[in-house]
Parts: sequence; C-alpha cells; structure tokens
Amino acid sequence: MKYMLMMNTPGGGPYQIANWPQKDIQAHIAFMMSFNKKLGESGELVGAEGLAGPDQARLVRAGKDGKPITDGVFPEAKEFLAGYWIVDVESPERAYEIAAQASAAPGPGGAPLNMAIEVRQVMSGPPKDWP
Amino acid sequence: MIPLSLNAHAEHLLRDLAPQVLGAVLRRFRDFGASEDAVQEALIAAATQWPREGVPDNPRGWMIQVASRRLADHVRSEAARRRREAVVVSLVPPEQQIAAAADAADDERDDTLVLLFMCCHPALSTPSAIALTLRAVGGLTTAEIATAFLVPEATMAQRISRAKQSIKASGVPFQMPTPEERTQRLDAVLHVLYLIFNEGYTASSGPALSRTDLSGEAIRLTRAVHALLPDDGEVAGLLALMLLTDARRAARTGPAGELIPLDQQDRSLWDQRAIAEGVALVTATLSRGSVGEYQLQAAIAAVHDEAARVEDTDWPQILALYGVLKRMSDNPMVALNHAIATAMVHGPAAGLELLRALDADGRLAGNHRLDAVRAHLLEQAGDREAAIACFRRAAGRTASLPERNYLMAQAARLSDALEQP
Repeated sequence: MKYMLMMNTPGGGPYQIANWPQKDIQAHIAFMMSFNKKLGESGELVGAEGLAGPDQARLVRAGKDGKPITDGVFPEAKEFLAGYWIVDVESPERAYEIAAQASAAPGPGGAPLNMAIEVRQVMSGPPKDWP
Repeated sequence: MIPLSLNAHAEHLLRDLAPQVLGAVLRRFRDFGASEDAVQEALIAAATQWPREGVPDNPRGWMIQVASRRLADHVRSEAARRRREAVVVSLVPPEQQIAAAADAADDERDDTLVLLFMCCHPALSTPSAIALTLRAVGGLTTAEIATAFLVPEATMAQRISRAKQSIKASGVPFQMPTPEERTQRLDAVLHVLYLIFNEGYTASSGPALSRTDLSGEAIRLTRAVHALLPDDGEVAGLLALMLLTDARRAARTGPAGELIPLDQQDRSLWDQRAIAEGVALVTATLSRGSVGEYQLQAAIAAVHDEAARVEDTDWPQILALYGVLKRMSDNPMVALNHAIATAMVHGPAAGLELLRALDADGRLAGNHRLDAVRAHLLEQAGDREAAIACFRRAAGRTASLPERNYLMAQAARLSDALEQP
C-alpha cells in the first residue's frame, strides 16, 4: 500500500532553515540525503520531491471565461508544504514509522525538529470485483 | 533494452548502428513511426540474440534485415485489412531491395545526419525533439529516457508517440535539407544536443539511483556530428565545450552530493585527457578564423581548465572572450558572466555596477543567479550583511535542491562569521 508523507513546516517567513548555523544546516541536509537513500535501498521509495519556497506560491482558480485567476503571494502563511515522499510499504504502521524518522530530522543544535508529518494513503489499490 | 550480458563493445556498436539502420529502413518505407518501432524491435532482438549466438559478421545488414522484416510484416497485416492480394504482391520487391542494400554502406553517414535534422525539426517542441533524438538517433529505450528525465514511462512514451505523429503530419521528407535550410537546421540540432548535455550535467536532483548518463550520450552524438561535418567550427566548438565542462565532473560534487563551485574544486580530479582533447579542438577551430558562440564558450572553459590553481586563472583573457560573446549574443546570462569576469579583473564594485544595468534590463528579474552573483560580489566588497540577504533570497528562488543547499550554506557561513568575529 502506498502512502504520501507530507512535511509541513511552520511559516514565519520563508526558509527558517536559512537562519540556522552552518553546521546545523549541513547536518540537516546530510540527514535528509541519507534518509532518502535508505528508503530507496529498502525498496520502499516511490518518489520524493522538495518544493520551492512559499514566496513563489500562487492560488489559482478558473474565472468565468475559464482563464486562470491567480492569487498570492502569501508570505504570512502559518505553515506550508515543504516537500513530500510517496512510499510503498507493507502496513500503515511502517508508514508511521518512516514518518516518525523524518519528523526527528535534526534542527538547530542537532536537536530533533519533531515537525508534523501528515500521512495519507494513496488511492492506488485495485478495484474490488462487483457482484 | 541492453542487457548486462551484452559487453560494452557490442552495446556501443548497437547504439552507433541504431540511426544508420533507421535511416536505411526509412529511406525505403518512408513511414517514420513504423520504421522507428521496427528498429527498436531489431535492437531488442540483437540484445537478446547476440549474447547467445555471437555478433553477426555484418551487424548492420543483420539489423536492417530484421527491422525490414518486422516492418514488412506490419505493413502486410495493415494492408491485409484493405486489399490483401494486390498489396502482398507489391510488397515483395521492396524486401528484396533491402536485402541487397544491406551490403551497400555508402549512405550510412548521411543517414545519421538526415535523421538528426529530422528529429530536431523546428516543427517539434524542444522536449519532443530531445526525446525523439535520444530514441531514434541515440538508440535509448523509452524506459531509459523516462528514467533520465525522471518522468513516468507512460508519459515519455506518449511524448515520443506525439512527436512521431507531428513528423508524419508535417510531411518532412527524409532527405538532406537544402543548403539554405541547413545552417538553420544545424543550429537546432546543436541546441538539442547542448540541452541534452546540460540536463545530464546539472541534474543532481532526485534519488539519482539509475539516471542514464545523458552527458555521455550528448558527447557521443556530438562526436558523431563532428565526424560527419569536421569543418564546421560550431560543431567542433560544441564538442569542445562539452568535453571541457564534463572534465570537471568528478570535482563538482562532494561526498554527500553537495555542489562545489569552480573556485573550490580539487583540480587534481579533473580529467586531463578530456581537457587536452577539448583544448585541441577549440584551438584548431579558432585558428582557422572561425568564431561562434559555442566556440567562444569553449574557449572560456579552456582558460579555466588550463589553470592548475584557481589563482592562476587568466581572468583578463576570460573577460575579453566574454566581451566578444556579449557583442554577438543578447543573452542576459552572458551579460551576468561578463559582470563576474569584470569583477575578477577590475574589482567587485565594477561588477556590481554592471549588475545594476541587468536589474534595469528586467529579463533576469527574480532569477536566483542574479542574486547569487550579487551575493558573491557583495561579500568580496566586504558588505557581509547585504551578501547574507542576497544569498538567502537566491536560496528561496532556485528550483534546484543542491543549489539551494549550497546557497543556504553560504548565507550561514557568513552569518556564523558575523557572530564570532
């Protein structure tokens, strides 16, 4: 079964991480790289992407003529989606375990960030036979 | 497509043969989509049969025959639906012709070139042209191309199939373009090859588990074009540029995949053989009095590569070359690099002055590279706080993860230094 793990980071201006000391940034990046590598090696990683900063985000709706109406930028957003993983795992418990590892990524001073990871099942199961 | 059991020599042979075989089949059957599918089947047949039975004496003839047979079967079954008997009779002669033509190898060189002109046709969108070139000329499978561009295989299959339809619909004949068309079409071919190279060279995002070596493929194809058109300065220039850039590959990333800029690279890791070949190519073409954008970029890359230490870099020479390039091209990225060279020769203030002109130009507004260059120059000028702000702004604007990590680290390095003077 597939799950999407969404990493939401608190807002308060783009890229809080850019204000950390250099060695903490490096430790965080190294953690994320080895985390992704391990998921790939265990055969559970379907895909992972980081998203560009929220200061480039736009909300789009179709206008009456079907043309896009864009809204934004939202620098004051409380939290934003920073990136996601899609994993293919044996059980929901395994997905939670992976999410907990990501949540414990090191922050300033090497302390775990414990950021919230939203876990949602991807609807990729086969359809049941209808009677 | 190519199994591990096939040795490197046979794999190389197959990739080289793919466009020649496609060209030969296409000249007779004239249906690009069907011919291309038939050649893919022949490649798969070769990849499964050759390891068992050995490489045939005439591999090109073998593949043309297999592809033609597949195509004849295909045409036959299509035609059967319409007018079975009449068509079957008329199909025999082309098959015989092909069997004879397999030995006549005169056209193989031109075929590869015509195929490139066809795949890089201006009627196609750039992503389509890239995908089609890699498949039809490069002999890569759809799955390999999809992996290289990190898109699902079905998406890439659709892109290739639409490209083939566009070629069919546009009625581009399989023949050498007229001399008038040729320069313009060659520009399109070189641009596609350049983009393939860049995709491979700058792509360090994604899990990077099994990315096909796009840079290597671009170099191989450009080498083939250079062999066909040895007197064309821009072809030689592009090949030199690729070799001189690719030579730094091993030094470009650190153990954790982090980006290492040119001035901090371990130059002992540079590939001296590639540098020597690139320098020889660009020296030969420039000495013939030929000048073009690829040649100038290659000349600049050569000046960097020839400096054993970063402080040996001949910046006045680089500045002069960018000056010529800037007069030839209205590309704002060239102007940005010209500003860097100016700063290296005349100091950061002169470079920052040129960046202000680029702000006014507007085409690079919001581009992270403008902020990144400004940050570096501000740091050289001693304005750390402004440099930190620019590094952070650039980090927020790039779409490349390794680049963002690099820019954030630069900001953090400066801010650490501010706190502990």
